[in-house]
Amino acid sequence: MQENLQKRDWGGRAVLLLPYLWLVVFFLTPFIIVLKISLSQTAMAQPPYLPVFDLSAGWAGLKEFAAQLSLDSFQLLFTDLIYLLSYLKSAQVAAISTIILLLIGYPFAYGIARAPRGWQPLLVMAVVLPFWTSFLIRVYAWINILQRDGLLNDVLMRLYIVDTPVSWLSSDTAIYIGMVYSYLPFMVLPLYAALEQMDETLLEAAADLGCSRWKTFWLVVVPLSLPGAAAGALLCFIPIVGEFVIPDLLGGSETLMIGQTLWNEFFANRDWPVASAIAVTLLALLLVPMLFYERLQQRSLGGGS
Amino acid sequence: MADGGKAAQGPATNEKQPLVRFEAVTKRFGSVAAVEALSLDIGHDEFFALLGPSGCGKTTLLRMLAGFETPTEGRILLDGEDIVPVQPHRRPVNMMFQSYALFPHLTVEGNIGFGLRQGNVARAEIADRVAEMLALVRLQGFGARRIDQLSGGQRQRVALARSLIKRPRVLLLDEPLAALDKKLRGETQFELMELQRKLGTTFVIVTHDQEEAMIVADRIAVMDRGRLMQVASPAEIYERPNSRWVAGFIGEATMMEGRVGPDDNIESALGRVRTGGTGKARPGDTVWLALRPEKIGMAADRPKDHVNSVSGTVSEIGYRGDMSIYKILLSDGSVMKVALTNASARGGAPFSLNDPVWLSWPPEAGVVLTE
Repeated sequence: MQENLQKRDWGGRAVLLLPYLWLVVFFLTPFIIVLKISLSQTAMAQPPYLPVFDLSAGWAGLKEFAAQLSLDSFQLLFTDLIYLLSYLKSAQVAAISTIILLLIGYPFAYGIARAPRGWQPLLVMAVVLPFWTSFLIRVYAWINILQRDGLLNDVLMRLYIVDTPVSWLSSDTAIYIGMVYSYLPFMVLPLYAALEQMDETLLEAAADLGCSRWKTFWLVVVPLSLPGAAAGALLCFIPIVGEFVIPDLLGGSETLMIGQTLWNEFFANRDWPVASAIAVTLLALLLVPMLFYERLQQRSLGGGS
Repeated sequence: MADGGKAAQGPATNEKQPLVRFEAVTKRFGSVAAVEALSLDIGHDEFFALLGPSGCGKTTLLRMLAGFETPTEGRILLDGEDIVPVQPHRRPVNMMFQSYALFPHLTVEGNIGFGLRQGNVARAEIADRVAEMLALVRLQGFGARRIDQLSGGQRQRVALARSLIKRPRVLLLDEPLAALDKKLRGETQFELMELQRKLGTTFVIVTHDQEEAMIVADRIAVMDRGRLMQVASPAEIYERPNSRWVAGFIGEATMMEGRVGPDDNIESALGRVRTGGTGKARPGDTVWLALRPEKIGMAADRPKDHVNSVSGTVSEIGYRGDMSIYKILLSDGSVMKVALTNASARGGAPFSLNDPVWLSWPPEAGVVLTE
């Protein structure tokens, strides 16, 4: 019996190990490589940075390699204002987009969760449906809609809301439209999951104890859907911070989001170390909201508190 | 129910007037009638039970009183006023839900005080009354706990306190003890009765458990398929059921079919049976005599003093500890259930399988039923 248990334990451990192995191979290792590049110097070489890790030189080579690593790229990030502004721009776009997504996504999710049972799979399907078309194509479609002689201006002019075409493209508005459109499913789905699970007798209990529908919503529905809202907000905020395609295709050229700046460093300037430093710093910054979410989840599970 | 017209003219606080009155209430879900043309009065300070098998409409009746369902037809009066158009959150009734429906994001205190916080009650008074409720349900010191840190019994008491704190005119209890284990359920039944006497609030409990209804309630309404079968005190429902259905649903009963003969006698397949009275049945009518197992005597020899006696053999014995249930196979092939208390401490039953026995009962032991 005891032996049997131990055997099964090993099997269990192996299964647990698999995802960790996956993370080590496909996340940790690439990250270490990026981290290493961020500590290197640009060079006219192949690959375009120094030092290059070379095991054949033995212990002395390793020592020399370590001595050549430097924090120059990171120093640049904090001295040149371009990068700071880029980070701030990304944070601003992500924060505002997330708020708009919450405001639009919540009624969406609530409506689906309160719809008749039989309809719900269909409605969820409708939310996911855009994924069936390539993301890139959908963003290009928005260019079409937003351009001077595009669909939006056409409709607005026909309705006599504006009399000259508005230039939507190459503006922050276009970025927000693109972000909100693209990330809406990521907000709606976790919110729907939270709202759908809610025990409906809780709403009856609130009504029974004197809550109007509106009060029930604020005192019971919203607090209980908070974990879903937090998950949705993170699922939107984090990728939006690093978003490249949408600002590049729809946005203007005044202040670049950090994803665009990174792209420029990498492809236009061929400065791999600085590009890597941008990526490493971005990851470190994004750990903050993730840790915050982790704390929130732990609290709602009643773990340590 | 006949004096209803007179009472309705009095002032709203008239003690003669029932607290709750269902007037020809029908509730249909689609084409299915959950409650059909039902009229019922519930009095002040009453512990009233709605009893019936699942799907009999008892919960629908309770939910209509709470305001979660609207009657298709009929009126529901509370203190003489029609409450059908009143929203659930404006009704002076509170409900304890079968699932308890406690708010998982609030503490015990948060849950109990929830109802008071919706009105304009001063913060200090809320705190006082929450403390009072915690004491009432013996949960002092648990106020700051989260709901998921409580046992099933403790949650049940939080739910009870939460539904009582607004001092409702009627407390509605939807299967309040169904989730508790048997022992705890038994204790809680007595606590509920004590609470009801102490508070003087009208309690309306919905249950499918006859024993529970009999123990806690002053009056029971037995329901089946959306209709009232009998409304009476527990003792009356048990001793004087008005139909075979009620006699069979509440407790155990052996039914003996026969025709009414002269002098309150019934001619049955087992011969002439004397009864305490055949009621409205006329000679020649088909009737059923309902006999409770504990009212039948059992002996090895033929009794001399009893008028009604039949012979049979023991075909099954169900040992329950405090008593044993015997199934006796009679000469005509029917089976009669007899309950004997196991008074002797030595245990074991005084009769064993296949023993020939004589059963007997006094004329007034059975009830003559016409339907």
